[in-house]
Amino acid sequence: MRHLLRRIAFYLAALWASVTINFILPRLMPGDPVQAYVNRLRGQGTITQATLDAIRLQLGVSNDPLWIQYFHYLGNLLRGELGIATSHFPTPVVQVIATDLPWTIGLVGVASIISFLLGTLLGVVVSWKRNSWVDTVVTPLLTFFSAIPYFWLALGLLYIFSFNMGIFPLGGGYDALSDIYPGWNLDFILSVLLHAILPALTVVISSISGWVLGMRNAMVTTLSEDYVLLARAKGLPERRVMFTYAARNAILPNITGLGMSLGFVVGGALLTEMVFSYPGIGFDLLTAIRGFDYSLIQGIFLMIAIAMLTANFLSDIVYALLDPRVRHERG
Amino acid sequence: MQQETNNSTPNVQEASSPAQVAPVVLPGNVAGTTGKVQSQWKAQLSQITSNTRMMIGIGILLFFILVGLVGPLFARYDPHTLTNDLFQAPSATHWLGTTQKGEDIFARLVYGTRVSLLISFTAAAGSTLLSVLIGLLAGYSGGWVDDVLSFITNIFLVLPGMPLAIVVASFAVKGAWTIILVLLFTSWPWGARVLRAQTLSMRQREFVTAARTLGEKPWRIILFEILPNEIAIVASSFVGTFIFAALSEVALEFLGLGDVSEPSWGVILYWAQTDGALMTGGWWQFVPPGLCVALLCAGLTFINFGIDELANPTLRNERRLARRKKKVA
Repeated sequence: MRHLLRRIAFYLAALWASVTINFILPRLMPGDPVQAYVNRLRGQGTITQATLDAIRLQLGVSNDPLWIQYFHYLGNLLRGELGIATSHFPTPVVQVIATDLPWTIGLVGVASIISFLLGTLLGVVVSWKRNSWVDTVVTPLLTFFSAIPYFWLALGLLYIFSFNMGIFPLGGGYDALSDIYPGWNLDFILSVLLHAILPALTVVISSISGWVLGMRNAMVTTLSEDYVLLARAKGLPERRVMFTYAARNAILPNITGLGMSLGFVVGGALLTEMVFSYPGIGFDLLTAIRGFDYSLIQGIFLMIAIAMLTANFLSDIVYALLDPRVRHERG
Repeated sequence: MQQETNNSTPNVQEASSPAQVAPVVLPGNVAGTTGKVQSQWKAQLSQITSNTRMMIGIGILLFFILVGLVGPLFARYDPHTLTNDLFQAPSATHWLGTTQKGEDIFARLVYGTRVSLLISFTAAAGSTLLSVLIGLLAGYSGGWVDDVLSFITNIFLVLPGMPLAIVVASFAVKGAWTIILVLLFTSWPWGARVLRAQTLSMRQREFVTAARTLGEKPWRIILFEILPNEIAIVASSFVGTFIFAALSEVALEFLGLGDVSEPSWGVILYWAQTDGALMTGGWWQFVPPGLCVALLCAGLTFINFGIDELANPTLRNERRLARRKKKVA
């Protein structure tokens, strides 16, 4: 219990840190967000002092002392007010993020789970065939894969399969130009799946090596255990030894890893979404960066931070439940 | 206040006893004659050169350093010059083609190698320095100093690195130094955490107790007794941060958060994307820089494998045993 309370306190502190970073950054940097915003508005009529003040108020930049601004900011956050997304004027930031989230979580969540399952399975196979050609070919190849910038992989896939071969669409979340209506109809679902294949492939390829190598290393340790030797000596079929004896005991670190990687779902594939113009968090972050939409950038960062912290917290709890040593050591 | 869940470099952490770290221990820490020290250096050098993965990695890294140093001399065009050949595919005149504005991509690539390497190297070096400082100080001091430093480290560990980098970079003035500082700011906690854990266990060792009994000053113990025994971890954390920095630098610049007028690998990709090279079939604009990053990072990963094997004899022996087994069979 004490361990749990300490972890809760820690994650609250981390949350406070990310909120405070969000508050301090725009006030620390030489660029004035209000000025940047105004520069964007130029050409849309003259800007009066009243408008300027209104923008100031809306962005939370005022002439009050810093600590009063800070409490204003915290109060707004607690009420779920993150300001207006200027790149989607006049939609509030919260609403923009809420529209993005299902896309991102759907795409990256499913892709992460596929990657975990495939990678763990491949890790078992590779470790079983250790020092055979499978291991000597697959392991260095995966090392190279993990070194590729994943957005560049996305560019490559997009170029080959969409531009050259025309198999997949060039971007977007579904075919918005034809008469497909978003909802639970077959056309829409098929269109969504077709649009998701390449981005999902990018996520899988760029994240699979971690699972494979992690599982391989854990398997190498368990394979030298006595119970595996015993299982073999008993003459159990290879597959049984591999999965129910070795893999079952080696999978724990990977499961904890899965918890962590689910925290990366929201912020883990930002650039992939940007390349594929996928209507998720990442693509809106790009729009926000291009349009100097500071409220949206901050809102997205906060969202990603919360997702990360929650996932970390949950995997901490699961870990403590699974491994009693963690609980007792801290007491 | 330690986190068990984030094991980024398990092999290095396993190398906990001084005997295991021994091959990479600086000779200065070992009592002996000059002759012995020299032969030890030789032994270490031969250990490094006999490690295939290490040598491949070092080869790749040296290649890029060489390109960064002398490459621009071989380029036939200035990376900033707008020629009249707009959007040309690779040819004899433009080895890697040109951009929509007519800039020679080969010139931009070799010049960009210099920029990208400098940025990621500086960021990695600064970040390693910071993590050594914080990790060793926290691990050696213990008490409230450790509590405070570990707390800060752990907070930075759970904050999402790349999004944080994007947020900071989008507010700051655009330029190479911003990228360096942002990367430094977001990459130090990994090394700090590993080094703290290692220092914590080093502090209990007899040679540290002996040094303390002899009345050595704390900073001397940290720098000359403990640090040399952690060189393998420092090196591997530096290389790891270098990889992170190289990948993130390209990503940040691809987003247009760097100085887009100075060609670097990421900036070439930024312009390829902005000018819509992809949708007009201009593959030569985005293939070369991406390949360079991938190759560099793969090389650095190989170096890290090599360091692991040097520092952790069990890994090395596993290989040797496997080889021997094959011979017998």
